[in-house]
Amino acid sequence: MSALFLIAQIAGRWIAVPADQVDSAVDIGTVVAVPRASAAVRGLAALRSRVVTVIDTRVALGLAPTPQAGRAIIAKFDGHFYAFLVDAFDDVFPFDPMPLSSGLALEGRWGASAIGIVERDDEPMLVLDLAALVPGTLAVAA
Amino acid sequence: MDDLLQEFIAETRETLDAIAGEIVLWESNPTDRARLDAIFRFVHTVKGSCGFLDLPRLGRLAHAAEDVLSAVRDGTRLPDTALVNAVLAIVDRIGELTEAIAAGVPLDDTTEDLLIAALAEDAAPVAPAAVGPQTRTANRSVRLAVDLLDQMMAGMSDMVLARNELARRLRDQPIDPRVEGALERLSLTVGEMRDTITRTRMQRIETLFSAIPRMVRDAAAPLGKAVTLDIEGADVELDREMIELLRDPLVHIIRNAVDHGIELPADRRSAGKRENGRLLVLARQTGNQIVLEVTDDGRGIDVDRLVAKAIAAGRRTEQQAAAMTEAERLALVFEAGLSSRDVVTELSGRGVGMDVVRANIEQIGGRIALKNRPGAGLTIELQVPLTLSIIPTIIVGVGDQRFALPRQSIEEIVALRGQAVRIDALGDASVATVRGRRLPMITLGRVLGIEASEPTALVIVATREGDYALGIDAVLDTEELVVKPVPPAIMATGVYAGQTLPDSGLPLLLLDGTGLAAAAGLRFAPLAIASEEEEIVEEKGIVALLFDDLDGQRRALPLAAVDRVETVCASAIRRTGGRLHLSLEGGVIPLVAMAVPPATGQVTLLRLTDGFGELGYAIDDAHEIVTLPLAVAPARGRPGIAGVVMVAGEQVELVDAHALFAGELAAPGSGPLCLLQCDESGWMETFLRPMLEASGYRCATRLAEGDRIAVTLAMDDDADRVDRSHPVVLLRRQPGLSGEPGVYRYDRAALIAAVAAGMEVAA
Repeated sequence: MSALFLIAQIAGRWIAVPADQVDSAVDIGTVVAVPRASAAVRGLAALRSRVVTVIDTRVALGLAPTPQAGRAIIAKFDGHFYAFLVDAFDDVFPFDPMPLSSGLALEGRWGASAIGIVERDDEPMLVLDLAALVPGTLAVAA
Repeated sequence: MDDLLQEFIAETRETLDAIAGEIVLWESNPTDRARLDAIFRFVHTVKGSCGFLDLPRLGRLAHAAEDVLSAVRDGTRLPDTALVNAVLAIVDRIGELTEAIAAGVPLDDTTEDLLIAALAEDAAPVAPAAVGPQTRTANRSVRLAVDLLDQMMAGMSDMVLARNELARRLRDQPIDPRVEGALERLSLTVGEMRDTITRTRMQRIETLFSAIPRMVRDAAAPLGKAVTLDIEGADVELDREMIELLRDPLVHIIRNAVDHGIELPADRRSAGKRENGRLLVLARQTGNQIVLEVTDDGRGIDVDRLVAKAIAAGRRTEQQAAAMTEAERLALVFEAGLSSRDVVTELSGRGVGMDVVRANIEQIGGRIALKNRPGAGLTIELQVPLTLSIIPTIIVGVGDQRFALPRQSIEEIVALRGQAVRIDALGDASVATVRGRRLPMITLGRVLGIEASEPTALVIVATREGDYALGIDAVLDTEELVVKPVPPAIMATGVYAGQTLPDSGLPLLLLDGTGLAAAAGLRFAPLAIASEEEEIVEEKGIVALLFDDLDGQRRALPLAAVDRVETVCASAIRRTGGRLHLSLEGGVIPLVAMAVPPATGQVTLLRLTDGFGELGYAIDDAHEIVTLPLAVAPARGRPGIAGVVMVAGEQVELVDAHALFAGELAAPGSGPLCLLQCDESGWMETFLRPMLEASGYRCATRLAEGDRIAVTLAMDDDADRVDRSHPVVLLRRQPGLSGEPGVYRYDRAALIAAVAAGMEVAA
């Protein structure tokens, strides 16, 4: 079963995001910090007269913060819009997703959000569930 | 009622259209249970609504059909063609009647008995009556789901924001006047559209008020109370969601008023009130707030008992209670489990108290205030925003960030310059003293972890638990914002209530005052940090109303005694029963005037109350409200004057409210008359007269026509001139031996007693 995936780069790694989760892929503007929020919440940004919550994807994955907020994948969960910071986009491709290979030890929080693997030109890429990167939902899931 | 009727018509039409298909299917297969149920539900609903709306004809038809259908459902009757036809004839008739009601035209009812008779089991089949041309009035209303309205509203908000963004971007560059014109037109249209869409959500508060008369009746009757209800402002419009949210608190408040506030008729009589309690429910719009007031003239809240209960329940220590201000004492009524009533009655007092009411009101961004008049009633004032989504806010700055604070939670903002505010460090906490009031203080920058300079202003934030001072860097703006909920990840911080996109194009967070206090670790002990020392230092004179009296004097009256100032027609003032009275709203209250009030035109009047009694005080003109200095120079021999105070460098007589109510002060020319038999020395005029007048007597040196002398006072050496037909008090110049006639003229007590005794003889 082939499905569409958006290919993006996070912390130097290429990953795939199920295209049905993606609302759009954009460059975001000024991010307003949200004091006291979880570190993974980079802040709020305006996007077409709408406020989106900017998620620092690297922090959500247990890495050091993204140096410069620029490109982001916009997704909508539970009526709220989120912007997930990425380094770069590629494009949307059809892939046949495969289950995570057993014995694959994923570092940090990658494990909580990886839901499968796709292969592009023999190069395997993790499929990330963006919803699992939203701090609030992580807590609910745990 | 009209609204409800329209709704009923719209609903009935709609259901009729919907079940038209069901009816046909049922006709072809009378055993079809699902169709039967649909038609049964329809007639059942119509029957219910008819009872409520008082439409007996429709109700009778629906009831008959319901009975038959219910029998079919139970299996006691078989749905044969005759029965189906008869039911359908009734359904048709319901439709015709509904249209007739909608069009306001009469409809002949001769065939209705036949229709109902046809439902009987043994009825001869009737030929379906020829249906005349139906006059269906064009339907001018559309029923919409509230969800759809919400979507429209949300879309509208987005549109406003998009317009703002467009305007902002265009502002950044040189702009073609034509584009500017188009943008202006767009702005105008968007603005109008926003108003229109806001209005679609509006409903007259009548829908909320229409149930009140019945509710009051039902609440009062079992308690044996009689209540006269007045409703004002039923045409005020309010967001329909808000109306729903106000329903429960309002029901609770009204029941409370009937149950706890208004006394039994016998008690009211003995308290000098009318047997019928009065309940006034009032709605009015002020700006973008709606004010709802429920006023009763019952016993009010017994604050002392409330405090006693709080102490008994261990909520307060006696010292804490003693340090509380009157407002704080009254606010105890909002604490869970502290009802001012001991007895649980049928209606209220079952654990759901004012605390829940207040929580509900605050949840929708409203405020609740009490005006307690012990013994004379209670006014509960609810203030709620017109809509839920647009919130007036104040934008504050801290560090390089800005946040919005809902204006309704802000009591005031004070600058930290100057003497008005002092900040003390108590351990690692801070306390701000604002005009003698001590408040726990937190700094917004520190709570949010933002690098910021020392605060330059304090926002006094009112929360349900207590008030506190919030240090901020700057007040930047006030703005009405379309606030949207924040996502759970941000909600988890507990300090934000919403987010918005203002004209600046940068997202803005709305702070939650209660959440901030909790995040800063503020614990509001039941007692606000109030220091006794401070209270004493800050003790001020009483607040008083300054006015020009009828005799031209500038006087002051304690504000607490003044219920209100009003203008009445001079003809409402009458001398009856030996003194001045004022007719008011069907009742009569005593009137005090320092000079003869004008006989024509309008008279300004202070309505005074001590909580129980009421009296009027005629004045020339009311001036201002002032705080009197503590120092009051006592007044001597001035009837009804408690003393003299300095107000703005001017001597002002302070009216003795106690004397007014004690009845010591009689209106001029109305007290018992003392005739002073003067000699040449002038002693009587200068010495005796003021003393007698201060005691409430009227004095005259010679008799005017129509005057009735109560007592004559004369010096003993002048006794032979005295007219002995009235009681006489003789005054001696020298203190004499007992047994001698007369009273020594400086034996004040004996003199007063002698005059009083004479008065009794005269009476």
